[in-house]
Amino acid sequence: MEHIYLDHAATTPVHPKVVEAMRPIFEEVYGNPSSIHYHGREARKIIDDARSDIARMIGANAKDIVFTSGGTEADNMAIMGTAFAQKEKGRHIITTKVEHHAVLNTCKFLEKQGFDVTYLDVDQTGRLAVEDVKAALRKDTILVTVMTANNEVGTLQPIEEIGALLEGTGIVFHTDAVQAFGTMAMDVDALKVDLLSMTAHKINGPKGIGFLYVREAVPLLPYQHGGEQERKRRGGTHNVPGIVGLQHALVLAVQGREEKVEQYHRLRQVLIDALTDANVQFSINGSTEHTLASLINVHFPGVNVESLLTALDLNGVSVSSGSACTAGSVEPSHVLTALYGAESEQAKSSIRISFGLYNTEDQVLKAAEIIAKTVQRMGIA
Amino acid sequence: MKSKAETRVIVGMSGGVDSSVTALLLKEQGYDVVGIFMKNWDDTDENGVCTATEDYEDVARVAGQLGIPYYAVNFEKQYWDKVFSYFLDEYKAGRTPNPDVMCNKEIKFKAFLDHALALGADYVATGHYARVDRVNGQVKMLRGVDRGKDQTYFLNQLTKEQLSHVMFPLGGLQKSEVRDIARKHQLATANKKDSTGICFIGERNFKEFLSHYLPAQSGDILTIDGEYKGRHEGLMYYTNGQRQGLGIGGPGGPWFVCGKDLKENILYVAPDNHPVLFSDGLSAEKTNWINGAPTEEAFKCTAKFRYRQPDQPVTVYIEENGRLTVMFDEPQKAITPGQAVVFYDGEVCLGGATIATIYQKIYHEKLDFVAAK
Repeated sequence: MEHIYLDHAATTPVHPKVVEAMRPIFEEVYGNPSSIHYHGREARKIIDDARSDIARMIGANAKDIVFTSGGTEADNMAIMGTAFAQKEKGRHIITTKVEHHAVLNTCKFLEKQGFDVTYLDVDQTGRLAVEDVKAALRKDTILVTVMTANNEVGTLQPIEEIGALLEGTGIVFHTDAVQAFGTMAMDVDALKVDLLSMTAHKINGPKGIGFLYVREAVPLLPYQHGGEQERKRRGGTHNVPGIVGLQHALVLAVQGREEKVEQYHRLRQVLIDALTDANVQFSINGSTEHTLASLINVHFPGVNVESLLTALDLNGVSVSSGSACTAGSVEPSHVLTALYGAESEQAKSSIRISFGLYNTEDQVLKAAEIIAKTVQRMGIA
Repeated sequence: MKSKAETRVIVGMSGGVDSSVTALLLKEQGYDVVGIFMKNWDDTDENGVCTATEDYEDVARVAGQLGIPYYAVNFEKQYWDKVFSYFLDEYKAGRTPNPDVMCNKEIKFKAFLDHALALGADYVATGHYARVDRVNGQVKMLRGVDRGKDQTYFLNQLTKEQLSHVMFPLGGLQKSEVRDIARKHQLATANKKDSTGICFIGERNFKEFLSHYLPAQSGDILTIDGEYKGRHEGLMYYTNGQRQGLGIGGPGGPWFVCGKDLKENILYVAPDNHPVLFSDGLSAEKTNWINGAPTEEAFKCTAKFRYRQPDQPVTVYIEENGRLTVMFDEPQKAITPGQAVVFYDGEVCLGGATIATIYQKIYHEKLDFVAAK
């Protein structure tokens, strides 16, 4: 049985060109970039080049890039690093209810450390109102953290507008751009952000590597202590092959962006048309106007999502819903709960379908057929 | 008929050795095996970790070893509504419920079976020690061959319709053989300790657990002759025949629980082997006959009144509305209202019912026993 992968918002296959670029780093350029000998210098050059390349792609300076183990670490570093650096100035943080758990649970941790966090509501499309950010600002606000695009429903947030609102206030502005980077041009000055999180594995790069962009002069207290790597902002031997993988994945993402967006729009439409033609009852969660092309969150009224996901997997379609608890059972998504309410039909009966580089129209048609059959068998008879 | 490779068997995997070996045996026999873990109870420990996590991780490890897909399904709501509510109601009524019987009836062989059938299963399988006999289109439930582990007592409420979709691959094995198979295949759960006690209480203190849900009212402990022996902590904490944990001593002991007066909140005790600890018969309700009700109004068979008890010869009188009167050939000790009475004809489990009241030739006027209204 062919297993069709439509869960690229979770992770993606590594591009062959990325693998190719990484291979010699494992075998040949194995030095520690912090070493002062030949082998160290060789590795150091590799990461310096990667850093410059990456910085250029987001309109930043090379020294503003801090390599991390991925998006979660970048989010933790951004939020905790800012909070602990600025705690004398203030203890108020503003975020939204639909952030990734890397942000939400870091904020919750900080609440226990005596910080005060405002979790802003979003509207039914998942979008945050800039006026709500404005209204929530206080004298002691030190950080605003809002994701660029939502990983479950794809809704884009008004990052530039929030950036403009905060410009010159001294309040640090962080965005988690992990889900957005693959299909959206990113420029830290245009977005007016101070901190930006990114990871490689969502854009056909390897797992375990990402970065945090840190605007010059933005104070950040390191929280992973060790050697003097990353200008003392993040101790630990550099993941050199990972950094090279990240660099090449970013290059490929930027090069192929427009084509990819077009491809995903097409696949999205193929899916919608196929479900419509099959007379399946469904609606699309989130925003139709401000949304990522790469994913679509679909509500199938009356269908139990746990059964649906199991049945789809048994029939060779890999998709996902909110998140699974540690005991494997599917929990109602905090994002859909924020949009529609905990007891809403949407929170109980929705799945996320997300496209990737190698998905074809045929695959999406086949998947839509299986989804339609399964939903019709399981729906309210 | 479908080939084994086309026959989908969904195994209820708990993360224990029995259900692990169940999945292994079916896989070896060539079935299309899928593992599903049931999450029936919402519980987190002091670190905020869901207590089902470890078991689910064992399911994942074993399923990975066997190369079968695995999933989880959440029946917390159904379990609460159908099993836990019943459990509390029974305690409130002064009886001693059997949540395992109810869990099999309502969750494992109802909610889970329905879920599995919706996923295209031909059968569900569990690691119970029991056998399903399919001869000439007749489906019967037989005892597990390991007499020490036979679990038909807990399965007495199943119907033949349910059993027609059920496999118990361990029914023909000894527990020791199951462990050996697990070890031979180096299953991740081969040496895992068997779970004990009521699943949602686990290793915790039973009294403490129950006190979160039911108010306990302490009262007097009296002997059947009305002599004051001490205080009890709440009638629900005691079961007929219980000796430990009464906190009473003194002359005439040891003392055994022989009845409760719910209205007056009195716990009655009697000395060992006192006639009041024995009963001659019982009435039961909520009867299930696996292969249909017997045609005779009265018949002889054997019965168990508790798990692992040797069979006792009885005469069953069938009454209206699923009620039964069961008379014992020999007086029986510590029969407990709320528990199951399960009937057998040789190897065949005929079905069972819930014990409502007990009959005693003596003292029945003196003591207003729990379920005697």
